Amino acid sequence: MPERPGTAAAARPDYVIALRKPPATLRAARERPRWVRLLDSRFVRRLAILTVLALAWQAYGRVASNDLIFPTLTETARTFWQILVHGRLLTHTLISLDLLLQAYAIGVVLAFCLVVPAVSFRIGADVLSTLTAMFNPLPAIALLPLAMLWFGLGQSSIVFVTVHSVLWAVALNALAGFQSVSETVRMAGRNMGMRRLRYVFCLLIPAALPSILAGLRVGWAFAWRTIIAAEMVFGASSGPGGIGWFIFEKRDTMDTSAVFAGLATVVLIGLAVESALFRNIETHTVRKWGMQRS
Amino acid sequence: MEAGVEATDPARMLPSSAVLQVRDLTLQYRTRRQMVTATFGVSFDVHEGDRFVLLGPSGCGKSSLLKAVGGFLPPHDGSIALGGAPVRRPGPDRMMVFQEFDQLLPWQTVRGNIAYPMRLNHRFPAAEIRARTTAWLERAGLEQFGDAYPHQLSGGMKQRAAIARAMAMEPVMLLMDEPFAALDALTRRSMQEALLRLWQQTQVTTLFVTHSIEEAILVGSRVLVLSPHPGRVRAELGVEHLGFAHLGTPAFRALHDRIHALLFEPGEIADA
Repeated sequence: MPERPGTAAAARPDYVIALRKPPATLRAARERPRWVRLLDSRFVRRLAILTVLALAWQAYGRVASNDLIFPTLTETARTFWQILVHGRLLTHTLISLDLLLQAYAIGVVLAFCLVVPAVSFRIGADVLSTLTAMFNPLPAIALLPLAMLWFGLGQSSIVFVTVHSVLWAVALNALAGFQSVSETVRMAGRNMGMRRLRYVFCLLIPAALPSILAGLRVGWAFAWRTIIAAEMVFGASSGPGGIGWFIFEKRDTMDTSAVFAGLATVVLIGLAVESALFRNIETHTVRKWGMQRS
Repeated sequence: MEAGVEATDPARMLPSSAVLQVRDLTLQYRTRRQMVTATFGVSFDVHEGDRFVLLGPSGCGKSSLLKAVGGFLPPHDGSIALGGAPVRRPGPDRMMVFQEFDQLLPWQTVRGNIAYPMRLNHRFPAAEIRARTTAWLERAGLEQFGDAYPHQLSGGMKQRAAIARAMAMEPVMLLMDEPFAALDALTRRSMQEALLRLWQQTQVTTLFVTHSIEEAILVGSRVLVLSPHPGRVRAELGVEHLGFAHLGTPAFRALHDRIHALLFEPGEIADA
């Protein structure tokens, strides 16, 4: 290289040196302390958060010291245990869960019936995005009067409005997922000889799985909200009624700790499904595949 | 797929005839506002065992040409014939290697990725596929990474896995779309050497797209020089006599400069 004016080439001589051997402590992979590794566990972190919340609940309940307005954690737990063992909490919960699973299954199947044509044809995508834009903002509860007209005061009305709340959330997310599958992966799949259903099931669905799972999650939460709200409006038209009705009923009799216990049931099921089901599916799929960071 | 292989078998029995015949090919693609002509009246033949390079600056339609041979882009005019049969759709008789690192299926391990097209197309007896996959993992230097997922690999390793996946299928033709363009210069050089090593073992007929003159001479046996806007054939040159051993020699530089001139100096325009 020609010498540039102003640079002191002589002041910075070229050199080549032998490599230094790093000390053994740096060469070996060092073990991280046990308690630091413990914090890597999501379960441990979540447990810590829940403990703090529980302590805060208990402390405030003690200070308020009014079981009619804000029962303590221990009081709620005692009631919870009592109605679980002697009362009908389990029956109410199972009734709600039964309706919920029916509605969720129907909603997911319908969503895929809309999404598959949407990924195959441009007009299908237009149909789905228009329908979603129209119906997604519509609260499921607003459809209840209509559902009562069509299906009467029975479980089918609750299922109908719950399907509505699941369908659009799942469809919207799945469509977004399919549309974000990169052109390279699509071409690679077709190049390998994937066509039609195999292309959808062996390429598009796994490639769009992060969004599909997100949609299933949102749909699950929406389904719970809708079913509890619908049960409160409907009451127990047939049989003992679901958990929503249970909560409503207990408020009527000012059994506040039972109301808390009912709400806690919904929260606990939500936590369990989230960490046992969705989290597990994610760990064994999209996180393992590096499509979502863990 | 089975039909595709049958259609190309006669060509494999006649080693000297052209495997791929491209005639007067005009390609157009659609942008938001207009139709763009990517190539105009391109003709060339690729013979059995060729490493045929499509070389040109960006905008010469070389990638469009490769996509058309891959069956992704239908001709606007002219014809593409593979083993005498016109190319109509994508298929595993023309395995492709893309420039992008995300061409491997992220939900399959490296081993799974290499085995997948063979399983999908029943290309080999099921009992053989495992052994073939293992052999290709070794050839690609990925024997330690068979059970890893693609996101755990470096860029160069991903490309080696993609090349192994394509070559393991023993396709009629291997189509490579700037497979090393996204790699750093050091990795790129070792990948070019690895590709030639793998090619020595399979002698698979290869169509290779690049915008690097040096890469074209190193990797190719014949080079088709394309002009830009729209892509037209400027020259076809044999470069089999030059390789890594000739880097920096006067002969290498002379050919490099000649191709450079063909690419960048305006040539005479023949009347249509």
